[in-house]
Amino acid sequence: MKTIYKLLTVFIIIGISLGINSCSESQSAEPQKEIKAELTHAPFVPKPIQRDYPAKVRVDMEVLELVGQLSDGVEYTFWTFGGKVPGEFIRVREGDEIEFHLHNHPSSKLPHNIDLHAVTGPGGGAEASFTTPGHSSVFSFKALNPGLYVYHCATAPVGLHIANGMYGLILVEPKEGLPPVDREYYVMQSEFYTEGAYGEKGYQPFSMEKALQENPDYVVFNGSVGAMVGDKSLRANVGERVRLFVGNGGPNLVSSFHVIGEIFDVVYQEGGTSVKQKNVQTTLVPAGGSAIVEFDVDVPGEFILVDHSIFRAFNKGAIGKLAVAGPENEIIFSHKIEDKIYSGADSKFGSIDPTTGKYRESKDEVYKPQFADQAKEKNLSNISTENKSSNSSSSSSESDIAKLGRQIYQSSCSACHMPDGSGMVNVFPPVKNSDWIDKNGKAGMISVVANGMNGPVTVNGVKYNNVMPPQNLSDKEIAAVLTYVYKEINKSNETVTIEDVKKHKNNKQLSSK
Amino acid sequence: MKTLINISLFILLTASIVYAKKPSEHIPDMVKISAGTYTPLYVNDTTDQSEKVDAFLIDKYPVTNKEFLEFVKENPKWRKSNVNKLFADERYLSHWYDDLTLGKNVNPDAPVTNISWFAAKAYAESLGKRLPTVAEWELAAQADESNPNGYANPKYVARILEWYSKPSSKNLPAVGSVFENYYGAYDMHGLVWEWTSDFFNALVSGESRADGGINRNLFCGTGSVGATDFTNYPAFMRFAFRSSLKANYTTESLGFRCAKDIN
Repeated sequence: MKTIYKLLTVFIIIGISLGINSCSESQSAEPQKEIKAELTHAPFVPKPIQRDYPAKVRVDMEVLELVGQLSDGVEYTFWTFGGKVPGEFIRVREGDEIEFHLHNHPSSKLPHNIDLHAVTGPGGGAEASFTTPGHSSVFSFKALNPGLYVYHCATAPVGLHIANGMYGLILVEPKEGLPPVDREYYVMQSEFYTEGAYGEKGYQPFSMEKALQENPDYVVFNGSVGAMVGDKSLRANVGERVRLFVGNGGPNLVSSFHVIGEIFDVVYQEGGTSVKQKNVQTTLVPAGGSAIVEFDVDVPGEFILVDHSIFRAFNKGAIGKLAVAGPENEIIFSHKIEDKIYSGADSKFGSIDPTTGKYRESKDEVYKPQFADQAKEKNLSNISTENKSSNSSSSSSESDIAKLGRQIYQSSCSACHMPDGSGMVNVFPPVKNSDWIDKNGKAGMISVVANGMNGPVTVNGVKYNNVMPPQNLSDKEIAAVLTYVYKEINKSNETVTIEDVKKHKNNKQLSSK
Repeated sequence: MKTLINISLFILLTASIVYAKKPSEHIPDMVKISAGTYTPLYVNDTTDQSEKVDAFLIDKYPVTNKEFLEFVKENPKWRKSNVNKLFADERYLSHWYDDLTLGKNVNPDAPVTNISWFAAKAYAESLGKRLPTVAEWELAAQADESNPNGYANPKYVARILEWYSKPSSKNLPAVGSVFENYYGAYDMHGLVWEWTSDFFNALVSGESRADGGINRNLFCGTGSVGATDFTNYPAFMRFAFRSSLKANYTTESLGFRCAKDIN
């Protein structure tokens, strides 16, 4: 009897525990389990969602107004979701019920709120989350539609709240998930309107005038100039598939998002959930909108993220980098195989006068190469003797050397150091009026050109942390281009000879100052 | 909310009879603001809804920690350990060391903050004063150093905007440290936000009628619909700030000054 009783008890206990289990399973269709959302700062993205059921997800986001760096030496008061611009990345699943806690830090000067484009409901949550400094608001919503959505502050004057940095992305993953990839990154473009011009040092207040004219001084990825270059570059390895969650906070500009040297294998246009297009070079990202792009990285090197409204990239800061490591694949991309003189003798444009764009009147005037190959060699060799016989060298040979120097500068140097040598603040150091050149002289320049350079370097008080690959140039060409840098760009009398190049090119010790 | 204010009005009216014992000894510290018109930031329609404002007196300076300390010494119910939570949230006077001690990090001459609307109102009434209306406050604050209508000067607006855009500083400086305006009132901008008597319904229009609540037109792009001057960003920011408050809220950057009718 006792045994039977014991057995019964065991059965009952097992029965109860089974019951509990089956009960919790049956509830899994409804979002019962509460999960705290993992939030990440750009360029990182929370891990893909492994759940195959909807959940209650609690999001805690704190608004903080704080002074930070917009560019090297340029300070700005950012209004942030989570302490940085752009705001923290939120990742939830279609069908999740999100309980959103918005905390406005007591030190905030202003009330703030959040309008998530993923919300179905008035104001996207703006009214429900309107929060005075030192308070918290709670509201909840159900993520009905999957996709990649922008969120932003919508407190009046809304443009100002966005202009000061109040935006970010929320991904509502479709039930079936997104296809697996090797790397996921968060890239958000936006623009800043400052009283001072681009690069003007010190604290810069918001310029309402420039904002109304939609004429920003800064267009940046992930909140500041240089936020994704140097050691903060995005990283991937050859053979991997990369997915970028791209958002545009605006407040005004539409982005022509492009990665130099890559083709987007697929684009989820405007952040929707179906692949609308394959094999895309540049995709539009509307202000207050997004796009998801995916591509395989097949060769190593640096791939530059830009807004292909290109002055924004070169002059306003819209540059980021993806550094891909791994073995070369010379079939897909060979790098430069050969660099040789093109005399123009066979040019089909021989009868056109480039200075007027018109056909030359007489056949006698038709362009002829100024030197045959042998003569060219002779002229170039003058570089090495130029110093010794500076007065005797003919003016025509000097101009040929200058021409060669200019040609090389334009083809190999100007893309980064700019045609006038002024470089790009924080990204590419100047070669014009550069204190690095003053301090390191010919020897330093020759070594950089011959051996390349990477890691931190300070030029004219500005820090750079970038990579310059070794240039595949002959000794003569190095001499010519550096002479060009001295004479034409810096208007100095300094020249660099082939002997100089031979002497210094194997010195790999470089100064970072 | 309205019920809450009504209840509090009742209590405060009763209370103010007791507090009003101090006569107008602070009046020398007040300045006269001439009569003028105030155009609300938001209006219902295109008819002219400018509001006439009679001349009135306003405190030269925001009320300081030292002054408010005197008040709580005399009025124990407004000490932070005694205060009714209906009238002041948990942050009330939280920067003070205790009920009657400011603490070493608090400048006695800095404006008092972490003050609720109820507390500010009680303080004003204890001196025979009142809080300014939004219309009055806006009229007084419109003046820059040399002109009653400073908003005509874009540099003045830009300066205000810059201050509004920066996070509040933990250690506020003494009153009188920012600027003196045309009327002789100090620090109308640049030091703290200030309570107004009718913050909860002002600016929508002179009267609330069919406005449908204070949050109307506030958010996103529609924030400019119905606005009378959508280039005056500081005005929007004040509007948004006032709209985010309830009468028992207290905030690090929110203080007050008093006003008084001219008899």
